Amino acid sequence: AVMAAVALALRRRGMRFRWRIWASAGGVRGAAGGAAGQQDYDLLVIGGGSGGLACAKEAAQLGRKVAVVDYVEPSPRGTRWGLGGTCVNVGCIPKKLMHYAALLGHMIQDAHHYGWEVGQPILHDWEKMAEAVQNHVKSLNWGHRVQLQDRKVKYFNIKASFVNQHTVRGITKGGKEMLLSAEHIVIATGGRPKYPTHIEGALEYGITSDDIFWLKKSPGKTLVVGASYVALECAGFLTGIGLDITVMMRSIPLRGFDQQMSSLVTEHMESHGTRFLRGCIPSRIRKLPDGQLQVTWEDGISGKEDMGTFDTVLWAIGRVPETRCLNLEKAGVNINPKNQKIVVDSQEATSIPHIYAIGDVAEGRPELTPTAIMAGRLLAQRLFGQSSDLMDYDNVPTTVFTPLEYGCVGLSEEEAVARHGQEHVEVYHAYYKPLEFTVAERDASQCYIKMVCLREPPQLVLGLHFLGPNAGEVTQGFALGIKCGASYAQVMRTVGIHPTCSEEVVKLRISKRSGLDPTVTGCG
Amino acid sequence: MAMRSFSQVRWYLSPCGFLPPPIQLGAGRLRGRGGAGAGRRRGRGVSPHYPFLRAVGGYRCYLSALTVFGDLQPQCLLRRASRFLSRPGTAGTESAALEPPPSSKSPPSPQSPLWAPNSPRRGKAGIVPNRPLGSFPGVPMSPPEHRSRLSPRTARPSPETREELQRRLRGLIENNRVMIFNKSYCPHGQRVKELFSSLGVAYNILELDQVDDGASIQEMLLEMTNQKTVPSVFVNKVHVGGCDRVFQAHQSGLLQKLLQENSAYDYDLIVIGGGSGGLSCAKEAANLGKKVMVLDYVIPSPRGTTWGLGGTCVNVGCIPKKLMHQAALLGQALRDSRKFGWEYSQKVKHNWETMVEAIQNHISSLNWGYRVSLREKGVTYVNSYGEFVEQHKIKATNRKGQDTFHTAAKFVIATGERPRYLGIQGDKEYCITSDDLFSLPYCPGKTLVVGASYVALECAGFLAGFGLDVTVMVRSILLRGFDREMAEKVGSYMEQHGVKFLRKFIPVMIQQLEKGLPGKLKVSAKSTEGSNMIEDVYNTVLLAIGRDTYVRKIGLEKIGVSISERSGKIPVNDVEQTNVPHIYAIGDILEGKPELTPVAIQAGKLLARRLFGGSLEKCDYINIPTTVFTPLEYGCCGLSEEAAIEVYKNENLEVFHSFFLPLEWTVARRESNTCYAKIICNKLDSDRVIGFHVLGPNAGEITQGFAAAMKCGLTKQLLDNTVGIHPTCAEVFTTLDITKSSGLDITQRGC
Repeated sequence: AVMAAVALALRRRGMRFRWRIWASAGGVRGAAGGAAGQQDYDLLVIGGGSGGLACAKEAAQLGRKVAVVDYVEPSPRGTRWGLGGTCVNVGCIPKKLMHYAALLGHMIQDAHHYGWEVGQPILHDWEKMAEAVQNHVKSLNWGHRVQLQDRKVKYFNIKASFVNQHTVRGITKGGKEMLLSAEHIVIATGGRPKYPTHIEGALEYGITSDDIFWLKKSPGKTLVVGASYVALECAGFLTGIGLDITVMMRSIPLRGFDQQMSSLVTEHMESHGTRFLRGCIPSRIRKLPDGQLQVTWEDGISGKEDMGTFDTVLWAIGRVPETRCLNLEKAGVNINPKNQKIVVDSQEATSIPHIYAIGDVAEGRPELTPTAIMAGRLLAQRLFGQSSDLMDYDNVPTTVFTPLEYGCVGLSEEEAVARHGQEHVEVYHAYYKPLEFTVAERDASQCYIKMVCLREPPQLVLGLHFLGPNAGEVTQGFALGIKCGASYAQVMRTVGIHPTCSEEVVKLRISKRSGLDPTVTGCG
Repeated sequence: MAMRSFSQVRWYLSPCGFLPPPIQLGAGRLRGRGGAGAGRRRGRGVSPHYPFLRAVGGYRCYLSALTVFGDLQPQCLLRRASRFLSRPGTAGTESAALEPPPSSKSPPSPQSPLWAPNSPRRGKAGIVPNRPLGSFPGVPMSPPEHRSRLSPRTARPSPETREELQRRLRGLIENNRVMIFNKSYCPHGQRVKELFSSLGVAYNILELDQVDDGASIQEMLLEMTNQKTVPSVFVNKVHVGGCDRVFQAHQSGLLQKLLQENSAYDYDLIVIGGGSGGLSCAKEAANLGKKVMVLDYVIPSPRGTTWGLGGTCVNVGCIPKKLMHQAALLGQALRDSRKFGWEYSQKVKHNWETMVEAIQNHISSLNWGYRVSLREKGVTYVNSYGEFVEQHKIKATNRKGQDTFHTAAKFVIATGERPRYLGIQGDKEYCITSDDLFSLPYCPGKTLVVGASYVALECAGFLAGFGLDVTVMVRSILLRGFDREMAEKVGSYMEQHGVKFLRKFIPVMIQQLEKGLPGKLKVSAKSTEGSNMIEDVYNTVLLAIGRDTYVRKIGLEKIGVSISERSGKIPVNDVEQTNVPHIYAIGDILEGKPELTPVAIQAGKLLARRLFGGSLEKCDYINIPTTVFTPLEYGCCGLSEEAAIEVYKNENLEVFHSFFLPLEWTVARRESNTCYAKIICNKLDSDRVIGFHVLGPNAGEITQGFAAAMKCGLTKQLLDNTVGIHPTCAEVFTTLDITKSSGLDITQRGC
């Protein structure tokens, strides 16, 4: 083992040395027309998702010879998709569209309060929605292909694995093999949904978010297992389009998010028809003769076993990074054995200096499309564009598209208290009622805003949490404010836009510490 | 009110300086009117506002009389005192004679941070934050032997500086039960402090030797009170005098009476106008423990529409218009929903009456809520028309024509604006305005909207959204004052969605063809560019050509509050004070300020805090965000491109822009290259964002956060470094990379 380590160290030093020579030779080559010398490419990106494509396109923009390899291993249920990765195919895009379909259902219900006479019954056709969503996704797949072509990025639909530090082997769908070499390699293979390992029937009968958006038929009565944002978002829109949905969660919802907000999110879902089974763990799934699935679970609270039948079981218990099939050990790239993610430094470099990892596959990074895109673009600029700008992973805003959207940026209340101490944290909060809810007679009990600040003047804003309609649109600008180092006083000096929900953020006057009623009444 | 005797107050030579004797003539005159109330003297003198101060000499005599003669009612005294205290700055000749020879030193900055006597840091003894002694360059400390004398040091300050200074002094005097101007080393001042401490009375003190502009303050005090020396003590706005006078007043019981005297008026504050601004000011003042009255009265529109408490925003503005806008958006959502798999019968109709009833129910609940919240805060609400009859007295006339009279120390005018009429034949008889539209009991049918203000476009937008035939008649440009490019994009989206535009026409006559709900109106209009005339028939004509104040009918001329001739608005200084110092104004009636609810709310709240809460924070009218709720919403903050070019010059600006396609629009198959984002950056100031513009769904929700960021100094670099929220519309601002000057294509490309 010691010998191996020494050998590795020597090899790495040698590599670095060689890399420098190439780099200096690069200038000459660039003048000669951009050939990549000893290697086929200046940059090879493994994984054609948001991060990988952004990195590849940016590098190509900077005049480099770039290749992207992408391959979608079909899900256990056989679902596969095109170029663009999780976000486009089985993530943000289809989920936001289906979320919007569910919101439209609410709007149809609201409409009669606003004078619209809509004939009953109102039904939802899954197939029509799914087809529309899938068609849009396919158009995006196509768009990505065209963009790569336009920027002269070579695209291979092959499954890649490392041969050595500079070489990758690709296998096509038809089983053909090819070798690609590059000076710099970026791993951006993302992650895929996790299946439980010891539950009978889980793999056989369950589906995941990889499949839900591509179902040809309505999933019907569905059990969603998990309490991640994927689980809650899926349960939310499925309920919204009129399906009978149950969420089974082992412990807390939205781990890692502010827990007060998270419980408001689930409270809202519960009041809108989603059933929750808390503290339950499924133990087996069996297919009944009529095709329904019989799920057995253990109720952790009563200790009893319980049973229910569903048309669909959706696993949303987490995601695993796609590192197993990459033969990373051949290249010497280190992973964290606990979660299989690739260990990276602030430059996104792995244990091998010319191999990088971005996006969901890298350890300690937020699993978000825009962070992957920005990280990929900045990486390409550092590699080829004489930039030294690092990706700032602090204060990344995000939004959970549950029926009542939850937008947040910065620290949760728990995290703020953990870092600064209860005594040094001031939380301003408000329950508010969106104007549109009034006439529609909608319940706004969970429309809530919370701003977490330092207590000492000027009361720097540490985190903002917004629960309500259009939370994503609301949160974005405030994320910038926090980036600018906004203080509570500065936010309060901002004049509101009337009548909006976001103006409630600049009117937060009641601190939690004061114990006063945080319910907003009237316009004042 | 019991008569009070001041005769015990003797004339003294203060150890800290010399006080001149009162001039008997002036004093006698005043005495003659003693107890008659201040209001009667209106209109007699040279100054329109302070006619009784005919000459500075008279003014001085008046001051002396205040402290010497005994047959004045305290109420009267207080009135006079506060009037005198609020006397506008004069460069009187005799004070010039007292002036020291000028030195080269520039006048102290009016923005001196030393003036924070009412800051929360003030303890019971009211310590004024001090600078280190002698920290002001060029101002030597007074030599010990001349300590308490007014040392001639400063050049005569500019009138603005003087006015500012005077205002601050007035603020200190008016806002502190006991205000002492002193020098820290004066033994007499020490005695006064001890006296008040022993009485358990909180006081504020300003040590003139420890502030930079102490000398100027002392001069100003001399001018105001005719007392040269310190300490100079004010109790409940009345100038008591120096140390000995204070002790005498204490012995005579006068001091206690002055201290007990909270206010000579019925109220600390009367607010005229129960709209967003007025109510916020009233409630905040009540929160600060003040006695407050709100007068609100809605004069029915020419069509007879009237409404409850809450003003324009709640009744005939933001609230109903956003709800009708939402109703129209729901119509769009219904059309979109089929693409997202929703199925229901093809026939969808809009019922105007159902919508109006629902909206009016909501408004009634808000009216009620306002009344309840006023009651809870102990604010007196009177549904009457307020009209000034004296400086501090107002006449309130209710619906039955009954009058009541109320007095207050301070007034806030917040009467807002009402829609303008064309002044052509048939306009008041047959046309409606936004005052009438939101409670119209019948569907307006085919509608002509006259005007291109945001009110016009918003109304036209939602009416078209209900499927009505809508035409907008525009005299010149859309959305004057907003960014031109954005305004045109707003218009062209409306045009694509069924709103017709008649450009460069103005109506000249409205005739009724048929009565009914709605009836039929013939509109004749002429071209603004020629003699071309057109005629058409509409069910409803909605005028939205602007709004006017109605402040000429509230007795302002009687108390001398000036009104802008041109705009009919009320000019105020940066603390919302009119030319008459105890009269303030907020909201839409202000000259040159944005006509927005949240601005009025903010201004009202901050005004109350400054008046009664010891705050110094002024309302910041810069970078106020707003949103126009046209079918495609337009949100903006900061400068329009035109204004930016005018201020900063084109070559110093970089404009970044992009079309964007909301994700939801893809499946709904709505048009691409319609939603648009634009920011204007100042290249000379590290690409600071000075203008933010967004056209798209939820523009209001998007703009708010960016406005907060602009308050914190948003730059292009920070926009680029911020991670977007995917998939939203707002994220487009984190990836703007095409400049307008590059001329590159901004039409939408993929994801």
